[in-house]
Amino acid sequence: MVMEKVDLNLVYERPESLTETTTHYCPGCTHGTAHRLVAEVLDEMGIREKAIGVAPVGCSVFAYDYFNHDFVEAAHGRAPAMATGIKRVRPENTVYTYQGDGDLASIGMGEIVHAAIRGENITVIFINNAIYGMTGGQMAPTTLPGMKTTSSPLGRDVEIVGYPVRMAEMLATADGASYVVRQSLHDPAHVRKAKKAIRKAFEVQERGLGFSIVELLSACPTNWGLTPVEALHFVRDNMVPYFPLGDYKVIDEVAKLRV
Amino acid sequence: MAKELLKGNEAFAEAAVRAGVEGFFGYPITPASEFLEYMAKRMPALGRAFLQAESEIAAIHMVYGAACAGKRALTATSGPGLSLMSEALSYIAGTEVPAVVVNVMRGGPGLGNIAPSQSDYNQMVKGGGHGDYFPIVLAPATVQEAIDYITLAFDLADKYRSLVFIVVDGNLGQMMESAELPPMRELRKEPPEWAVYGAKDRDPNILTSIYIDPPDEEITNIRLLKRWMEIEKNEVRYKEYDLDDAEVAVVSFGVAGRVCSSAVKTAREEGIKVGLFRPITVAPFPFKQIEALSKRVKRILVVEMNTGQMLDDVKRAVGGRVPVEFYGRIGGVTPFPDEILDEIRRINESEDAIEDGMEKVQWLERLEERIARGE
Repeated sequence: MVMEKVDLNLVYERPESLTETTTHYCPGCTHGTAHRLVAEVLDEMGIREKAIGVAPVGCSVFAYDYFNHDFVEAAHGRAPAMATGIKRVRPENTVYTYQGDGDLASIGMGEIVHAAIRGENITVIFINNAIYGMTGGQMAPTTLPGMKTTSSPLGRDVEIVGYPVRMAEMLATADGASYVVRQSLHDPAHVRKAKKAIRKAFEVQERGLGFSIVELLSACPTNWGLTPVEALHFVRDNMVPYFPLGDYKVIDEVAKLRV
Repeated sequence: MAKELLKGNEAFAEAAVRAGVEGFFGYPITPASEFLEYMAKRMPALGRAFLQAESEIAAIHMVYGAACAGKRALTATSGPGLSLMSEALSYIAGTEVPAVVVNVMRGGPGLGNIAPSQSDYNQMVKGGGHGDYFPIVLAPATVQEAIDYITLAFDLADKYRSLVFIVVDGNLGQMMESAELPPMRELRKEPPEWAVYGAKDRDPNILTSIYIDPPDEEITNIRLLKRWMEIEKNEVRYKEYDLDDAEVAVVSFGVAGRVCSSAVKTAREEGIKVGLFRPITVAPFPFKQIEALSKRVKRILVVEMNTGQMLDDVKRAVGGRVPVEFYGRIGGVTPFPDEILDEIRRINESEDAIEDGMEKVQWLERLEERIARGE
């Protein structure tokens, strides 16, 4: 029997920067998408072998199980400080944190703001899904007004607990921040834009241009009580209007970068 | 190298530099700030990392990061800063990375004051942070000892992948004293194999303190405990003065121990058979040595600049064999040698048994009388 020869073009494979691990994330969670984008960027830039990730406390506490490079696990909210310590003694390495909204925008507010103020030459991947996932769906600093969570069962009452924090807008005011951008993971077109932003953020670090952060609006179907598809629509219809997408800070040297 | 007149905090900082520290991260706090200020000049001049962090919390997490990166790292602070750092100390211990922290102790609790104190004994010796872990705690009494033990601290930290504390008090941090610095050590060229420095031609290194499966955490706890038992076996350090024929033993650490040595010397001149036992490692504590000591003296006096925190450890070692008395000055007050001498004279003539716990009641009575006299 003669097999017909078929010219197979490989169009999609696991990036070298990811390990072959069964996911622990819920169906419809966008952490997997974000992980993959970071891994693709590390591969494409050829920096996997010098990358050091800093994992947060939250659903992505085990991020290091998925990434095929050196990783440390920080205390809740302290990833930017830990990344600072690593980067200052190993400036030749590529150092990034991967943090959720509870980690970065609540308990770790001081650390992220001061890392940005210092212009720390690290990259921050910020997953904003408006909820505490790992602890069971409590109100986050980015929970939308009126949004029900296990700790705001009647919906977030802004008269009592205040308003959601817009991190990209806030960090853009820091003179030390070089690249501050918010993108979303709710559909393929936006995923592509998100990847471009991640690439640019790592390019900023590789060129020694200072602090870069990519905020990614993300879905949490489990804790939102929605199906995966409904959750993506929730991001599009509810989160994007409150957290507008786009570049919030692009210094001149970064604007010249082509990725 | 010749002896020089050195200021405590600056000498400690230079000792850390010569021991090969590559990352200093700190936050200003009296009476430790000169450490930070010295490093602000010295580290950049050597091309090493110095950063004034936004808080003690951030400072110690930076130390944690640098330690994970396989570089010698330290911070220096005082009690209030230590309280904020407790979180990271637990993580450092749980991740099993080496780090050195200098605590220039001041009066507390709360904001307390900036005067010399030893009131952080329990905080340092008994851990401070959450979970089962065991830091090494070195308590020098002179600028020279502090210099020597800072070098030792880094070696012990690396050897056992452990957290090592140096506890001094504001006296030592602020005093100028003649001391000799060690030669500059060469920096480590190759990172330790466990560190994160880029997974080139090897599997990724993961440094974490999370063991989500309880049996894994149990194994980790056992490993930490066994390592600590090894440390207890190998690393107990102490100094003895005039104890050969002593009938009264004074047990005291750090600067309080130094004050006691003056009192012991004077008492000896008066013919009192008294000696001094000064723990250098307050953790691991010299339990066996103090137990042995309690078998050959008639009475023991513990002197501290706190309300009797080490006293509990001494009593555990003595096991009721002989009466243990206590004398302390607290709140940032340093005792004078005369006060200790009075205690030694009194104890030398005392035959009374002391009911457990009464040593503190009796001490408080004597102390309050002394305070009433304006001393």
